Amino acid sequence: MTDQRTKAAPHNQPGTPEERHARLAEAARQLRVEILRMTAQAGSGHPGGSLSSAEIIACLYFDVLRLDPARPSWPERDRFVLSKGHAAPVLYAALALRGFFPRELLATLRKTGSCLQGHPHMRTTPGVEVSTGSLGQGLSMACGLAAAARIDGAGWRTWCLLGDGETQEGQVWEAAEAAAHFRLDNLVALVDNNGLQIDGPVSQVMAVDQVPRWQSFGWRVLEADGHSIPDLLAAMQAALAGSGRPAVIVCRTTKGKGVSFMEGQADWHGKAPTPEQLARALEELGCSGQGPALPGGVSR
Amino acid sequence: MFRPGTGTAWGCVEMTRVDVARLPRQATRDAYGEALVAAGRADARVVALDADLSGSTKSQKFGALFPERFFNVGIAEQNMIGMAAGLAAAGKIPFASSFAIFVTGRAFEQVRQSVAYPGLPVRLVGSHSGVTVGQDGSSHQAIEDIALMRVLPHMTVLVPADGPSTRALVNESLSIEGPVYLRLGRPAVPVLYGEGGFAAPPFKAGGSVTLLAGRDATIVACGVMVAEAVTAAYRAEAIGLSVGVIDAYSVKPLDRDAVLAAARATGALVTAEEHSVIGGLGGAVAETVAEEYPVPVIRVGLLDRFGESGAPDELLKLCRLMADDILAAVRRAVAVKR
Repeated sequence: MTDQRTKAAPHNQPGTPEERHARLAEAARQLRVEILRMTAQAGSGHPGGSLSSAEIIACLYFDVLRLDPARPSWPERDRFVLSKGHAAPVLYAALALRGFFPRELLATLRKTGSCLQGHPHMRTTPGVEVSTGSLGQGLSMACGLAAAARIDGAGWRTWCLLGDGETQEGQVWEAAEAAAHFRLDNLVALVDNNGLQIDGPVSQVMAVDQVPRWQSFGWRVLEADGHSIPDLLAAMQAALAGSGRPAVIVCRTTKGKGVSFMEGQADWHGKAPTPEQLARALEELGCSGQGPALPGGVSR
Repeated sequence: MFRPGTGTAWGCVEMTRVDVARLPRQATRDAYGEALVAAGRADARVVALDADLSGSTKSQKFGALFPERFFNVGIAEQNMIGMAAGLAAAGKIPFASSFAIFVTGRAFEQVRQSVAYPGLPVRLVGSHSGVTVGQDGSSHQAIEDIALMRVLPHMTVLVPADGPSTRALVNESLSIEGPVYLRLGRPAVPVLYGEGGFAAPPFKAGGSVTLLAGRDATIVACGVMVAEAVTAAYRAEAIGLSVGVIDAYSVKPLDRDAVLAAARATGALVTAEEHSVIGGLGGAVAETVAEEYPVPVIRVGLLDRFGESGAPDELLKLCRLMADDILAAVRRAVAVKR
C-alpha cells in the first residue's frame, strides 16, 4: 500500500520545489478566473467562498489527489468531498481544467439542462463523488467513503473541504466524533476558515473556535495559511502520515481572495459579478475578459 | 391453502380458511435480523449501521458476525445516514437501521440530500413503526414515516406484513438499484405466509399479494394490518359481504394493476395501515384510483392524530385499527358505492 502510494505521491512531481509552487499558484489563478467568469455568466452563484478555496483546491486537484480524468470511476482514485457545496464553481473549474469534462461546459453553470448544477451532484458531473449543498452533510459521507476503503484494505484517501460557518451544523460534530472513534486515519478534513458567512462574521453569528474544537473531538489538527502553496502542501503531506487519528487542516483564508473589491466582504458570499465587475476582477488577475486564461491550461 | 397471488393476477381462489389467531408469531424486526445475517453471508458488499439501537432493530447479530462491516455510530442518526451514503458511493450496500421515526424523521433531510437525490442504494430500516411500539408513547411511534419516504423521488417503500415476507424483501432489496425504506414493527405478528397460512409468492418491489378475492369490496392493507384485514374479510361473510384482501407490501411503487383490478372488480376499496391516513398507503391508493378508475376509498389508519402510551393491543383499539374497525369501513365503502 505504501509503495503503491509513493509511486504517485505528490512530492515526486518533476521540477524544483519552486517550479512546483509556481505551477500550483498559476493553477489557483486560473481557477479564480474561471470562478469569476462562470458565476458572471450564470448571473448567480457563490464567488466568495470559491475564491477563498482556490489554493486548497489547486494543491489537491493539481498535485495531491491521485486521479485519472480519463477514468473518473477508477476504483483506486482518491475521493474528494466538497462539503461546502456552494463552492461548486471552484470544483467545476478544477475538474474542467484537469480534463474531466470540456472547459466550455463551465459557461452552462446553473442553466436549465446543464450537467453543472448549482451545487455538486454526483449523477450529472464526472469527477463529483457525492451530492452536497445542504451544509453539514459532506463529512459524514467522507467518513463512509473512508470506512469503505478500510473494509476493502484499499490505499486511496478521502479528503473533505468544509466551510467554517458550516461547522455550526451539529452533524459535522457527529461525523467528527465518529471519524475519531473509528480511527479513520485515511480521512483528511480541511476547513476553509475565511471567517465570514452569509449574515456576517462567523465570530458574531455563531462563533466556532476551530482548533480547540477539532482537538477536543480527538482529531490531529494542523494549521496552514490557506493561500500559501508551500504551507498547504506541507500540511497535506503531514496529514497523510497515518497515526490512528483523522487529521484536519484548518486553513486561514480570506473570503473573496484575489479580487480587491471582494476580499473580506460577506456580501460576496452568494452574488455574481456584473460584466463591469468581472472585467475589473479579471484585470486584477492578469487576464483579459476574453479567451482562455492561458493557452493549454495547466496540467500535472 | 390458497393459490399464490402474483400481484397482477386477480381472482385467487379460497380453498380453506386461514386461522389467523392460531398462526405462529414472529416480529418483523426479528426476521430482519436473520435476513441481514443471510445477506451479509451471501454478499460481501453488505454493510450495516445502527444508532445505538442494534439490540432492538436486531442488527446486532450482523455486528457480532461481521464486526469489520458493522458501524454503531452512537445516538447520531444524521451521521449514520451520511456514512451510509458514503459507503454506498464506494460500492457497498448499507443497511442503516434505527426506530422508524428516527431513521426517517430525525434524519429526513440527510435521507433526502445524501441518499435519495443521488439515488444511492442505501437500505433504510425503520423498526418500531406505528402505535404497536406501545408503552414508550408518541415520541417513539412513527405514524408519518411512510408519507415521508414515499414523497421522495427514487425511494422504494416496502412494508412487510410478517417474517417470511420481511426475509424475502431484504433479499430482494439487494437487487434494487436505488434507495429502499423497509418498515418494520416491534411486536410479534402472525406468520401469514407458509404452513397453515397463505402460499408465499415471490416478493418484489412493485408487487402485491392478493390473499382473498371478493365481489363487494377489497381491503388493501400493509404491515400489521394485513392480518387484521384478513380477519375483517372473514367476518364480513357473516353479514353477507364478499370482501377481498390485498397485501400491498410495496407501497412505492404501488402495484397499480392489482389496485385498479380490485377497483374494477369490487367497486369499493378500504385501505388499512398502522400509519396516518394522510400520505401513506391510503393516500397512494386514493391517488391511483382517483386518476384511473374512481371508486369509494375509505382509509383506516390514524385519523390525523399522534399515538400515546399503552399496551399495543389497547392502542390498536384506541386508534381504531382493529379488524372490526376495518369491517365498519368496508360497510361504509359498500354503502357509498350504492
